[in-house]
Amino acid sequence: MTLTTTGLLLEATGISKTYGAVVALKCASLAVRPGEVHALMGANGAGKSTLVKILTGAVRPDGGTIAVHGRPRTVHSPAEARRSGLVSIYQEPALVPDLDIRSNLRLTETPLEPFRHWLHELGLEDLDLSSIARRVPLASLRIIDLARALAIEPDVLMLDEMTAALPANLTERVLEVIGRQRGGDRSVIFISHRMIEIAAVCDRATVLREGETVGVVDVTEGSEERIVELMLGEGVVDMPTAAERRAAAARASGATARLTARDLSSGTKLSDVSFDLYPGEVLGVVALEGQGQDELFDILAGSQRPSGGELLVDGAPVSFHHPADAIRAGLVYVPADRAEALLMQRSVRENIALPFTARIRRWGLINAGDEHRKVDRAIATLQIDTRAHGEVRRLSGGNQQKVTIARWVAGGVRTMLCFDPTRGIDIRTKNQIYVLLRDLAEAGAAVLFYTSELKEVQLVCDRAIVIFGGRVVAEIGAANADEAALLHAAYNLRSGALMPEQIVAEATAVEAAVVVPADPPAARPTGPEADR
Amino acid sequence: MRGVAGTSGARSPWLGTAAWRGLFSDRPMIPLLALLAVLVVASEIVRPGIVGPEWIGIMLRAAVPLAILAGCQTLTMLTGGIDLSVGAVASMAGFVVASLAAGSGVPTGIVIALVAAALAGLVSGIGVGVFRVHPLIMTLGMSLVVLGLVNFWQLQTITTSTGIPGEFRTVGSSTLAKILPYSLVVFVPLAAIILVGLRRTGYGRLLYAIGDNPVAARLSGARSWQILIVLYVVSALLAAAAGFLISGLTNTASVSLADSYVLPSVAAAVIGGTSIMGGRGGFAGTIVGALILTVLSSLLTSLGYPEAVRQILFGSIIVAVAAAYTRVTTES
Repeated sequence: MTLTTTGLLLEATGISKTYGAVVALKCASLAVRPGEVHALMGANGAGKSTLVKILTGAVRPDGGTIAVHGRPRTVHSPAEARRSGLVSIYQEPALVPDLDIRSNLRLTETPLEPFRHWLHELGLEDLDLSSIARRVPLASLRIIDLARALAIEPDVLMLDEMTAALPANLTERVLEVIGRQRGGDRSVIFISHRMIEIAAVCDRATVLREGETVGVVDVTEGSEERIVELMLGEGVVDMPTAAERRAAAARASGATARLTARDLSSGTKLSDVSFDLYPGEVLGVVALEGQGQDELFDILAGSQRPSGGELLVDGAPVSFHHPADAIRAGLVYVPADRAEALLMQRSVRENIALPFTARIRRWGLINAGDEHRKVDRAIATLQIDTRAHGEVRRLSGGNQQKVTIARWVAGGVRTMLCFDPTRGIDIRTKNQIYVLLRDLAEAGAAVLFYTSELKEVQLVCDRAIVIFGGRVVAEIGAANADEAALLHAAYNLRSGALMPEQIVAEATAVEAAVVVPADPPAARPTGPEADR
Repeated sequence: MRGVAGTSGARSPWLGTAAWRGLFSDRPMIPLLALLAVLVVASEIVRPGIVGPEWIGIMLRAAVPLAILAGCQTLTMLTGGIDLSVGAVASMAGFVVASLAAGSGVPTGIVIALVAAALAGLVSGIGVGVFRVHPLIMTLGMSLVVLGLVNFWQLQTITTSTGIPGEFRTVGSSTLAKILPYSLVVFVPLAAIILVGLRRTGYGRLLYAIGDNPVAARLSGARSWQILIVLYVVSALLAAAAGFLISGLTNTASVSLADSYVLPSVAAAVIGGTSIMGGRGGFAGTIVGALILTVLSSLLTSLGYPEAVRQILFGSIIVAVAAAYTRVTTES
């Protein structure tokens, strides 16, 4: 055995891991040089997250070797990994929600001064350390996670979909800080589905496909094509052209709106939001983090009562006291957080069939044949990989997301409310979801689609509304809804005034005020009133 | 040499621990049945010749009420709850029938006992489902209320005879051909309803759903208060049925008759693989869990240790089995 680890900061070879019948990793390897930002790429379920969890000791591999600084390491726990200089930021924030930020830092023995320094670098200088973690917006929590990790100066920092939940300006800051890590003696392993970010900060990329390392690519001009090729292993799904879509979605004049919001308000978070959603269209919703879009979707989904305004379905006023009321009115909701929508310990079948049995009259014996037909059709429509069908938590993120959508597709969709359904999933699954949403619209459904990825608006939507500070500030047709226009509108600036890069710089002050609001964002209702 | 990460078990002589774990997590009944077999063999070794049709009949007879009460725990634990009022409700049911049998007749007594149990369950269900009281507190409080009411009832009916009706004695304690206890007449249909109910009905699905992820269940349109109220009523009715059998089995009726069953009923469900956190488990495992506890308890008795030692061993073994079972059936 020859050690080829000379000069490498971290080397993992032949890593394998199986969960029951599912092979998450079969022969994964990763070699990270000191001072590089190394991208770990792969479609959903390729094993990226599993590999990171193994490197940080959260999951034990079935086989393979890990060497740090050329010395073999057996990593049994995240604490041990941290002592070896490996620190990871996972997809979900890792702060105890009921403690304030300062106590959270104390839990991980994070030095305060470096933390503040990095917070400042990352553009979150006015964070109040005594605020309770659960009241801090998601985007800020991610930044806190990152600052905390940077403060303890790890040899290898792993960022798993760090930027997925961040608004554009914070993403810029994060990328800039990560980019500055290059050339030193520390390294960053960077996982992102956004190719543009990879191109911006990474030196090399290791590509995983189906649990195997299929290539290591130097990130240079034009290497994106090569990476995508390696990731997919087959052709990319084509989107129907914009012209086709808009022709199909042209709505008859005078048609009744499927869903009408009139002057909807929710406390201080949402005021006088009005829009119409017609059958056969996908209406995009664009907003920076925390502009009231969460409240809007909660109201439409029946999770929250509006403090003012009116909601009409097919022209008739409705009032939702429970999500069941919204569902009965044909409004089905796909939340952003898969952990909110799925029964992680139950099967794919049970997860998809869950709404079927929700009503009392369906509490009796299950019509197995009918259920199988509907569920199988939904699984086929969404092309869900059901090898790990026994428990949904064993599925990859993309397949989990498909299950949350399949649940509603199985019963037939009239109106679908999607809140950032493509967050943190791979390109192939994203494409499938775009196609599906278009198909639903063409079949006569109405789709309301909030997205944090601006380019999705032109890919999927017929038009988009932009929310800023709880108000609808713009409505833009798909033809004009390019990223620059949307970004202008999202920052509530007059169009044509500035280029996006300048906006980012200018809007940092605005955004900081928005990201750390004085009063807490309304938490998902869990109280007794909310449940009835 | 390079460090090998986490493969220590894979080189063991026959099968890696991972393989065993895979087998056990896919078929959790196997380790349970193996444990039951070990206990039966141990009983035979301690007292050679004891294991026979009559012994089996006695074990089944004793396991039936425990299995029913453990059924109450299984159902409530699937939703992330627990029903600690089963002891009080079962005692109450047995006591009510015994005190009414002579005067109003057995059928009337049964109906009144069931209605009383259902009311207790309804109150618990409303407390848990509507007012969001933690099930532990709600059912513990409910058991005190029920106990108090039965005490009150006892004072009122002090003069009436409190004989256990003959029908109860037959069903609770007699066996057919010395091997099949008549209590199976009550148990088998109840068990069938629970098993089918959990696997094949919409209601059963929802029990798992609200235990696994109440937010997901809610977003899918399930109204948890409806589910929980029905659940605690069903649980109380099952507890009452178990109370009838226990009073017949022991030929006594007292306000604390079934108290000693409460913790074993929780233990049987846990040993049977039902997660106290909700969302995982089933009644089949619970039945085997009840059998395991019954055989274990009789084994400890036949070892001839004093009561105190028996209690210590019983408690320790329950904890050890539950811990081992969790380790062996969940993946790392």
